[in-house]
Amino acid sequence: MSKHMTRKATRHVNQNEGLIFEKSSPGKAAWKLPPLDVPEVDAAKLLGRSERKNLGNMPEVSEIEIIRHFTRLSTWNYAIDLGMYPLGSCTMKYNPRVNEVVSRLDGIANGHPYQPEKISQGALRIIKTLSDCLTEITGMDAITLQPAAGAHGELTGLLMVRAYHDSKGKPRKKVLIPDSAHGTNPATAAMVGYAIENLKSNSSGIVDTGMLEAQMNEDVAALMLTNPNTLGVFEQEIHKIADILHAKGGLLYMDGANMNALVGKVRPGDFGVDLMHLNLHKTFSTPHGGGGPGSGPVAIKKFLEPFLPKPVLISKSDSTLGFEYDRPQSIGRVRSFYGNFGMFVRALAYILANGPEGLRQTTEDAVLNANYIRKGLEGTYELPYKSPSMHEVVCSDKLQAKKGVRTMDIAKRLIDYGFHPYTTAFPLIVPGAMMIEPTESESKEELDLFVEAMHSIAQEVEEDAEMVRSAPHSTRVSRLDETAAARNPVLRWKP
Amino acid sequence: MRYLPKSPADREAMLKSMGARSIDDLFKSIPAEYRLNRDLKVPRQMAESEIVDWFRERSRENGDGQASFLGAGAYSHYRPVIIDSLISRGEFLTAYTPYQAEISQGTLQSIFEFQTMICELTGMEVANASMYDGSTAAAEAVMMAVRLTGRRSVVIARSVHPEYREVLATYAFHQGMPLVTVPFADSGRLDANAVEKAITADTACLLIQSPNFFGCIEDVEALAEIAHRKGAMLVVSIAEAVSLGIVEPPRSADIIAMEAQSFGVPMTFGGPYCGVIATREAYVRQLPGRLVGQTTDRSGKRGFVLTLATREQHIRREKATSNICTNQALVALMANIFMTIYGKVGLKELARQNLAKAAYAAQQFGKQATVLFSAAPRFNEIVVQTREDPYAINSRLLGHKIVGGFPLKKFYPELGNASLWCCTELTTRSTIDTAVGVVAESESSETSAADEATVAEVAK
Repeated sequence: MSKHMTRKATRHVNQNEGLIFEKSSPGKAAWKLPPLDVPEVDAAKLLGRSERKNLGNMPEVSEIEIIRHFTRLSTWNYAIDLGMYPLGSCTMKYNPRVNEVVSRLDGIANGHPYQPEKISQGALRIIKTLSDCLTEITGMDAITLQPAAGAHGELTGLLMVRAYHDSKGKPRKKVLIPDSAHGTNPATAAMVGYAIENLKSNSSGIVDTGMLEAQMNEDVAALMLTNPNTLGVFEQEIHKIADILHAKGGLLYMDGANMNALVGKVRPGDFGVDLMHLNLHKTFSTPHGGGGPGSGPVAIKKFLEPFLPKPVLISKSDSTLGFEYDRPQSIGRVRSFYGNFGMFVRALAYILANGPEGLRQTTEDAVLNANYIRKGLEGTYELPYKSPSMHEVVCSDKLQAKKGVRTMDIAKRLIDYGFHPYTTAFPLIVPGAMMIEPTESESKEELDLFVEAMHSIAQEVEEDAEMVRSAPHSTRVSRLDETAAARNPVLRWKP
Repeated sequence: MRYLPKSPADREAMLKSMGARSIDDLFKSIPAEYRLNRDLKVPRQMAESEIVDWFRERSRENGDGQASFLGAGAYSHYRPVIIDSLISRGEFLTAYTPYQAEISQGTLQSIFEFQTMICELTGMEVANASMYDGSTAAAEAVMMAVRLTGRRSVVIARSVHPEYREVLATYAFHQGMPLVTVPFADSGRLDANAVEKAITADTACLLIQSPNFFGCIEDVEALAEIAHRKGAMLVVSIAEAVSLGIVEPPRSADIIAMEAQSFGVPMTFGGPYCGVIATREAYVRQLPGRLVGQTTDRSGKRGFVLTLATREQHIRREKATSNICTNQALVALMANIFMTIYGKVGLKELARQNLAKAAYAAQQFGKQATVLFSAAPRFNEIVVQTREDPYAINSRLLGHKIVGGFPLKKFYPELGNASLWCCTELTTRSTIDTAVGVVAESESSETSAADEATVAEVAK
């Protein structure tokens, strides 16, 4: 194997651990309740036949077993805290720990969503301050923080698009989506009752404005555009795109998944975007947590304000903050209460830690890192689109495929080198795509190690393709049988 | 900037290596007229100590240190300390969705255990990895029933959490899904006759909540019988997960849409929480959201993977069962650890304490005011009808550092001055007694002020 293998990672012993149910035995307990200070009750009498008698196979274990169980499991995960996590379009950046501390302060963590406004001013001030920061960062006029994740933000945005067109008397029929888009875009448009029309990219990987012009008509409600797109390329003709849409009454929706390339350098509101969502769990450093929670605020231009989900935060005449529920044109609610408030706290802490110069420097470093990797991989890996990269770079496995090694194989081999794989097989317009987003959180040393690992793998492909195809070789489990998992699903433990 | 690991010399060297003169060269693809040539108007960069101070200040403005009787979809339960110790491990906190199974076995196995425990508690056969919250889980469960039955309309109990109903209305609006609301009876439970009448040959499902918004446990068996007889599905929403420790789960439901916030998730002013959908094996291919399945690696070793992805947006795009992508994994992990801590015996004892506290509160309030729906079986919430406006009573209670029950007139004007009071294992007897005392004072002064006729009316 490669002489570089030990530069970033070394194998070490980690603990085996079964399922928690396999440790359970009657009489063990990790809980202790205080003595009851009110009279005991007879559940059978109070609940009648609704009384539950049996909790099935719920585990019975002690506290130390639980600590070891989850600690052992945790050591089987890769994480940003361990190293570079270059998943394209996922923006796996450092998750600052002060965010976690402030979100656990008593008045914040224990705040009840229905407590009187008089004693909710702290929470409302956090919502207001974050809203103000995000509208400034995006160059938009207003915002809702209610959506719980990016896809939920898309849903909220398209519901507003639909409500807007309805208010003009014609709901319109379809949404244009570039062929490079995330799967959530078409899935969302379908949920809002729109037909989806595919928009082909041109040879530079960006929107073909000629095609757009030809496809645009008064049945089109909106274009959902990711900018920079999933190739990491800025849509240079963005204003022309906006003009084509606006001329026929359509709206420009921006998927803000790649906002980490823009913060402090350019504002979507200034280049013709009518509405967009942000991912606080990408651009604004709230932790991914193994798949959530996220938060997907939707920022809008003034003319869409009547359609915002309710309630809407307002400043009252006595200078206190409160929620307004009487919004006759609102699309309604998209989630209970006010959204993933705990994520607002974290995102705001991130913005405060950065300030204007930190936010700008962050964007610059993210773009610098992606271009540094691009430069490092050029020649070794195919670069299907030569357009300038912003925060991520997309290569392909074209050169390695000749040896029968595909993007997923190279990704799996990266694991042996101590890195998390890049995003594989996406965007769909690039066969064998390798989508790499380093974020600003990587040092030059870590980037150099990554480039070195990629070079070393390319060499291994030439020397021993089979070894790469069967990677990873250093993990607890080797490649898992996904086909069997789907064919005969085992979705829970049974005794 | 302290989060950025580069020195000015590093940046210089990197730029030089790619032949760029300055960082601006890398932003050339942005047309000059749109580039921002000024600082963003956001607060200045703060030191960590300043950030902590700023949020401490906000925390103090936010009712820090009050006792509370609020429930209504967000519940205050004790959170064992090891939950935060464990979820703070960077390997859980800072990992992505476990697509790369070989280096995500920790997250994957813990989700598999979560799915298993949700099945055990709900009596269902499969559960997903999580949804955003109870409201969106309910809306997606209803849409699932629409797909499964091929029918279009939905019957919803008015005793389902009002905000859940609002979310469902938003989701259903553009899907051509007529929604029919059925009333609750004087008992506080659903009016079975109204349900019988409301379900037609076009009804995909009946959506109920149990315990319902007023804390009453519905007669799930009877409602399931009505729905099934008419070819509709029964979808049950559960907002207070701790109830599952002592209340029989709705085993005759076809789909259960849960909010798992009660399982160790801080209330945090409404989120992040943890929705879950559980159902029967036969319906798994219409289930939205992520699922973890057990499989083996090349040497036959047990391992776990995300599975049945052909339901999901990244594979099926517009034909997916939902657009959901990022969900609530870390919150599901909190719930998972909570369920593991309390387990088979503890969850029952915890639920029993909740039951006892609410029963005591009902008895005490009942001496001073009217407890509505008192004949129905309840878990940890009760509805108390007062003569005085509950906002006025609550305002006085705040003086005792107590947040009173949730006034229901906002959502149920027909219930007048009724409030929803929640007692959990954290509600002390003395807090209940103090609150009852304040209500008693209010009731007696209102009574003496009222004229004979009104008193006679109320007494009737």
